[in-house]
Amino acid sequence: MDVLRNNNALLTIGTFLPLAGVLVMMFIPSGKELLHKQIALLTALATVAVGVYTVAKFDFGNAGKLQFYADTSWIKVIHSNYTIGLDGISLPLYMLSSVITLVVMVYSWDHIPSPGNAKAFLILMLVLQTSMAGTFVAQDLILFFVFFELVLLPMYFMIGVWGGEQRQYASLKFFLYTMFGSALMLVAFLALYWQVSKNGLSGQASFSIPYLAAHGGVLGKTVQIWLFAGMFVGFAVKVPMFPFHTWLPDAHTQAPTQGSVILAAVMLKLGTYGFVRIAIPILPAAAKAWAPWIGGLAVIGIIYGALGCLAQTDMKRLIAFSSVAHMGFVMLGISTLTTLGLNAAMFGMVAHGLITGMLFFVAGSIKDRYHTLEIKRLGGILKQMPRMGWILGFCAMASLGLPGLAGFWGEFPVIVSAYQPFTNTNVFRVYMVVAAVGTVLAAGYLLWLFQRVAFGEPPEEFSGHAPAHSVGAAANDTLHGDEIHHDIHDVKLTEWLAWSPLLLGIVVLGIYPQLLFKVIDPAVQVALKAYGKG
Amino acid sequence: MLINQFLLLGAVLFCIGVYGVIARKNAVMVLMSIELILNAVNLNLLAFAMNMNGEGSADGHVFALYVLAIAAAEVGVGLGLVLLIYRNKRSISLDELSEMKG
Amino acid sequence: MLAAETGWFLEHAYLIPVVPAVAFALIIFFGKRMPMKGSEIGVASMVTSLVLAAGTAYQWIERVDFFSPAGDNASALGGFGRAFRLNAEGATFVQPVINKIVWWQSGGMEFGLGQHIDGLAVMALLLVALISTLVQIYSLEYLRGDRRYTHFFAALTLFSAGMLAMVLAENMVQLILGWEIMGLCSFMLIGHWWEDAANSRSALKAFFTVRVGDIGLLVGTGVVFFAASAYATRHGSNGFSIQSINEWALSGTGSHTVLLWGSVALFIAAIGKSAQFPLHTWLPDAMAGPTPVSSLLHSSTMVVAGVFLVARLYPLFHTGLDINVAGQHFNLIAVIGGITIIIAAALAFVQNDIKKVLAYSTVSQLGYMMMGLGVGAWTPAMFHLFTHAFFKCCLFLCAGSVSHSGSHHSFDMKKDMGGLARKMPITTTCWILSTAALCGVPYFSGFFSKDEIIDNARNNNYQVFFVVGLVGAFMTTAYMTRATYLIFFGKARGAAAGGHAETLATADAHDSHARVPAMANAASDSHDAHDAHDAHAGPHESPVLITGPLVVLASLAVVAGYINAPVWPFHTERFAEWVANSSGVAFPILDHAQFEWVNAVPSIMLVLGGFVVSLFVCRSIYGEARSPLRGITTRVAPLRWVHTFLVNKYYLDALYENVIVRGLVGPIANGAYWVNQNVLDRIVNQAGIGARKTGGWVYRNIDQRVVDGAVNGSGAVTRGSGTALRPVQSGKVNQYGALLFGAAAIGALVLVIVNT
Repeated sequence: MDVLRNNNALLTIGTFLPLAGVLVMMFIPSGKELLHKQIALLTALATVAVGVYTVAKFDFGNAGKLQFYADTSWIKVIHSNYTIGLDGISLPLYMLSSVITLVVMVYSWDHIPSPGNAKAFLILMLVLQTSMAGTFVAQDLILFFVFFELVLLPMYFMIGVWGGEQRQYASLKFFLYTMFGSALMLVAFLALYWQVSKNGLSGQASFSIPYLAAHGGVLGKTVQIWLFAGMFVGFAVKVPMFPFHTWLPDAHTQAPTQGSVILAAVMLKLGTYGFVRIAIPILPAAAKAWAPWIGGLAVIGIIYGALGCLAQTDMKRLIAFSSVAHMGFVMLGISTLTTLGLNAAMFGMVAHGLITGMLFFVAGSIKDRYHTLEIKRLGGILKQMPRMGWILGFCAMASLGLPGLAGFWGEFPVIVSAYQPFTNTNVFRVYMVVAAVGTVLAAGYLLWLFQRVAFGEPPEEFSGHAPAHSVGAAANDTLHGDEIHHDIHDVKLTEWLAWSPLLLGIVVLGIYPQLLFKVIDPAVQVALKAYGKG
Repeated sequence: MLINQFLLLGAVLFCIGVYGVIARKNAVMVLMSIELILNAVNLNLLAFAMNMNGEGSADGHVFALYVLAIAAAEVGVGLGLVLLIYRNKRSISLDELSEMKG
Repeated sequence: MLAAETGWFLEHAYLIPVVPAVAFALIIFFGKRMPMKGSEIGVASMVTSLVLAAGTAYQWIERVDFFSPAGDNASALGGFGRAFRLNAEGATFVQPVINKIVWWQSGGMEFGLGQHIDGLAVMALLLVALISTLVQIYSLEYLRGDRRYTHFFAALTLFSAGMLAMVLAENMVQLILGWEIMGLCSFMLIGHWWEDAANSRSALKAFFTVRVGDIGLLVGTGVVFFAASAYATRHGSNGFSIQSINEWALSGTGSHTVLLWGSVALFIAAIGKSAQFPLHTWLPDAMAGPTPVSSLLHSSTMVVAGVFLVARLYPLFHTGLDINVAGQHFNLIAVIGGITIIIAAALAFVQNDIKKVLAYSTVSQLGYMMMGLGVGAWTPAMFHLFTHAFFKCCLFLCAGSVSHSGSHHSFDMKKDMGGLARKMPITTTCWILSTAALCGVPYFSGFFSKDEIIDNARNNNYQVFFVVGLVGAFMTTAYMTRATYLIFFGKARGAAAGGHAETLATADAHDSHARVPAMANAASDSHDAHDAHDAHAGPHESPVLITGPLVVLASLAVVAGYINAPVWPFHTERFAEWVANSSGVAFPILDHAQFEWVNAVPSIMLVLGGFVVSLFVCRSIYGEARSPLRGITTRVAPLRWVHTFLVNKYYLDALYENVIVRGLVGPIANGAYWVNQNVLDRIVNQAGIGARKTGGWVYRNIDQRVVDGAVNGSGAVTRGSGTALRPVQSGKVNQYGALLFGAAAIGALVLVIVNT
């Protein structure tokens, strides 16, 4: 993998800038909530600004190469370096993470969940941003692992402290499940290190991903299959793939809105990114052997997630299950091991981030107003809050893969690519049809949800402006706390500010997908170099 | 000079020490038993040092000195702890000190 | 003479969908603040599109005439029977105008977004733009004061953008884009009055059923993409390009199996979108939407998308399904089309709702188009698509006009109508003209299109489908006569009779002044006066914004046929030349039938027979109880027998009366409707319920118990072992010491054993 060594510090600044904000906030007493919000928002804005500058400086003609490359020795004993770089695969996700953090910050301006304590909440979010961005830029396995694990901690506290009624259970399940996966992943990383340094032609040991991608092919097929198995468990839990997905509905349902958004929009991508960045390029022989199995689990996930959605009575849980189905599409694309499939999978990751993030935002705002997400009790949202209702409809349409919106480009090319995969053509053709059936089911559960929640007349308990339960509203919501008591109101200013970038992104990427494909495509071709012209 | 006699003495001392650690309820007695164990080890170290490959070696002596120093420190800290416990509980019976129970 | 080859309009045809797409965004963001609530943006954008489409059509015709060896005299060369070989050496093959930009890429291969302008695209563009414009003008009045007036126009405009983008699609992905946007708009517009749960259910059903067909679209596109890819890349294109797919299908390089499966998959999509058997059930339910929606989306434009898809990729279907080839095993397209014609027409007899009659009629006519394509009658099928749009759209708008001004917002023919002919003369005239066109009365547009399909089935030796076509024509006439009789003739019932004497007088006065501007100027501003009249319950003629589009459409329903009328005294077949001869790719030889009156006789007689029989039956069944005509059924039996004898040669009178008429009106239609409602519809519903139940079961038993149970189980094991080991942590120093030394002793023992 070639590198461009221009402007080495930019990525480091972009990644660690949120920590500077954290440092400042540490020294301010937690009583000054407004100041904390301002600093956190400013930090997130500055991070996005650095990100935008990075995009401006990015050499799109060389999107296949690692840019802003930095390589400093870090832990000499095990030849692990501080290696970071950005190519066409990382760039969209890197930007996605900072943008999502920004919009979540904006949303948090008057949506700090119960039991308050804005300082801790915002600090956790900034730490989360650093670790997410770090995962996407890390080009060294150990560094990647450190960031990958660092993501867990803030999220664990977010769910465990600010979550719903069963937050303890959900946060613990989330933490344990992902830790279990990463343990096996770490074992696979270490084994890979030893195996490659034993068999490597140059005889030098390194955790550097570009180096391993160049030399991983020397390993025997059996060794590769075992190494891949370890990584597979680690990444598949994070994705999450069937049957490793059960932590996801609980974590999503219990997490505060901001947590769900980040979880869906960025954290699920860590797993799929791991496949594209590490497992696929480094272990080509194993990937070929594993491809039909991964593809099989992916399509099971598509159908299974959809069936799960149909059975739900809780809106947030339904959206969570839909993630299982959508990530199934992404994994199916990856398992084809073709440029078309991987491109679509990468696009699908970004699209899913925007769309499902948006869906969770809407679900959170509906919960704020109605204090319930039970589908049976909701109804007629379009009548009470037309804008909110149409946004929900828009997101549902985007999520079911309507062309012209971003979701389509993560779905349609995946289905097409499954017709001609790298291996096991006949098996994948069956998967193709099953996945296509999945799109119908997706339309079914999303529109059914939309019909029940948004159409019809509002139920009596909400239409008469019955006094809403004041679940800590006054305590958390200094600006608009009173309104929640009085009325079910339409989209607020902070919500507009937070949502419009996502909505805009969904439309723009849907209408002109080349914006993203142009960046992804060269990098995907490099990632698939070991597979010849596939 | 036979090494067996030294080792035998060391073993006896060690066993007495172990018995003390397990059986005695008085914290001071337990500390003294630990001293016995350490001294048993010291005796073994010196015995092996004298008979190293048929000629003497300084390594064992150095070890023994280390152990002595650490034993002194350990007794210092241990007695201090016992003193504090006594002040708080008016007893140094180990049966009553089971706050670490899991 | 390059100017004749391309022109500004041809090169910039992509603007036609772009204009309404931009208008959609404007309506969404600024519509509510506009003086006319955004409707003016919609109408203006549609008029702009119409102008652009007209310019494109004009320049396309210039281009065709320029390339045509015979120039303007081409029509003199021959009739329908002229076999045209359209390939590289054929001078009549006119290259399409293809412009595109890079839309997305993969593996370094770039996929375009752009226009593929040929005769077929130009025809559809003009048609969609024209009908959209008229329907939007009609809606200005029809939906005045609606809760979601702005939303309605936004959705209509977006629909037009989607449909226009689809018909000029350069590649399959763009086609899917337009296809799905239409589906979205269909969903939004059927569920326009979503406060009522029935409407939102219908909307959901429509979207869902069409989506089932779309499985075929996604899979078929994938199959064809990879199969055509090698051929296409050799020719500097890619496997999504429509042009390349067609060329590849004709090149003979593709494997026949792939062609077969690709075309079958894509045809499933067409079945869903064009409401063909067995996925037709959604279309009648879609009538829950406002009438302009039914007339624009669910009769004239959106539902023909499936037919358009087959026509667009005709070389693929033609070779894949062996159409017109001796030894063809199973003509899928024609069989589906044929079944659809019959079952849908039969169902139309038992409907009381005007819009449902028209909906089944639409399904049946779509069956004709499909069957036409299935038997190799490409040009007549496309011509039928063209003419059908005018008269069916007009019929729906007439139904809307009746409900708007005649029957107090009811669509029930039996309860609330009857005798409206006198009260609503313009609407009645338009309806009857359009009905005549639909039935295929000679010299109306439907005659030149539908009968050509039937004739070509005969000509291409598809005897079964020839008969199916004839029966369909007969049934069409019969059910349309029934509907016409119930709405406009006989005694006024319910709301149609609801007006008091004084209101009737006002309504009559109203009629007289409404008619004049209707003829003169559709943009007349006299409708303010009509609002006052709307308060009166009595039936009256609709205001000019409604009758204007009706008149335009009815005129087109009459005259549109003459651009391809091979009969005396016209002998024109310009449509065949402009559209068929230049469909953008070298077609295989399509041998279209030579028009001869002898061949048209059966269908004309059937149409007439259908009309007469139906009229008699209607009068005796629905007419006044004491009418002397009531007993005429038996008296004119010999007359009918003669008709039957002449048209169907050796049919028996009894058979005709008992089996055909009563059978059709009674058990067969009811049975078909029963099957429709209880079997097909039920399967759709049950599939939904079943999926939900399975989902519930899987969730409860597998997800929560097995999969989740395993996770929780490992936690329980950890906890259990923890509890078991807890006594070890006694907190007693002595015990710890004992454990320590015990462990050390065991360790020492192991060491000794290992070392010895």
